[in-house]
Amino acid sequence: MSLDPSFVGRSYPPTEPYQVGREKIREFATAIGAVDPVYHDPEAARALGHGDVVAPPTYPFTITMAANRQIVDDPDLGVDYSRVVHGDQRFRYTRPVVAGDELVCVNTIEEIVNRGGHGFMTTRTEVNTSAGEPVVTVWTKLVVRGEG
Amino acid sequence: MDLSPRTFRITRADLVRYAGASGDFNPIHWSDRFATKVGLPGVIAHGMFTMALVGRAVTDWAGSPDAVVEYGVRFTRPVVVPDDDEGTEIEVSATVRGEPEDGLTRLDLTATCQGEKVLAQARAVIRTPA
Repeated sequence: MSLDPSFVGRSYPPTEPYQVGREKIREFATAIGAVDPVYHDPEAARALGHGDVVAPPTYPFTITMAANRQIVDDPDLGVDYSRVVHGDQRFRYTRPVVAGDELVCVNTIEEIVNRGGHGFMTTRTEVNTSAGEPVVTVWTKLVVRGEG
Repeated sequence: MDLSPRTFRITRADLVRYAGASGDFNPIHWSDRFATKVGLPGVIAHGMFTMALVGRAVTDWAGSPDAVVEYGVRFTRPVVVPDDDEGTEIEVSATVRGEPEDGLTRLDLTATCQGEKVLAQARAVIRTPA
């Protein structure tokens, strides 16, 4: 399906603060088989200079995926979510997410391309603490497959 | 830097656990009935689960989980996970691209399943290990 390119550059209001829990990081690390103590043991994380257990590098996507619903559920943009496929994913870290962080996402539509009957949309999500400290920038390219 | 290739086994149980931990409950990752209905060969792994496993290799190579500065991939081919005890495997390898600069090392990453590449443009920038 085709996406309206005039949405490029549109930003959305900051999301409600997300509380990063220690047990959630442990659960995520366990689910991906990441056994390094820095993901599980606050003492090991503190030895590396972090305030609490550290999240694995792809953990922020669990937050931004939910935050991105602002865009894919925007009725004016009209994305058919049942036709969405994850195309590209990129993270640029200022620092790792750690337990105790309170994170706010600001979504921007960075690029829209329509090609071969499919729509390609790249979103950029700035993930900051609620105090405004930058943590990670997350780019997601979604492919909205055409009919048939 | 020791960039020994890594192999990760993926079973259906892993996908269920990842769905719960990540909040991604798309049925293509747990229902053969749904996956085949939308034209897939069967249940496939979450792209982000594959990316997380490759990320484990990257943090191991970097020597520290907080040494990753940038990490990106393109999902090019689904990782089909059969409903048996063996599941499937992905093999992950890396080469250093260029010379380390400003304390950073660039890695080109390769992930294959059943001999086929499942990611493209897979790259990481890590702090050069001491």
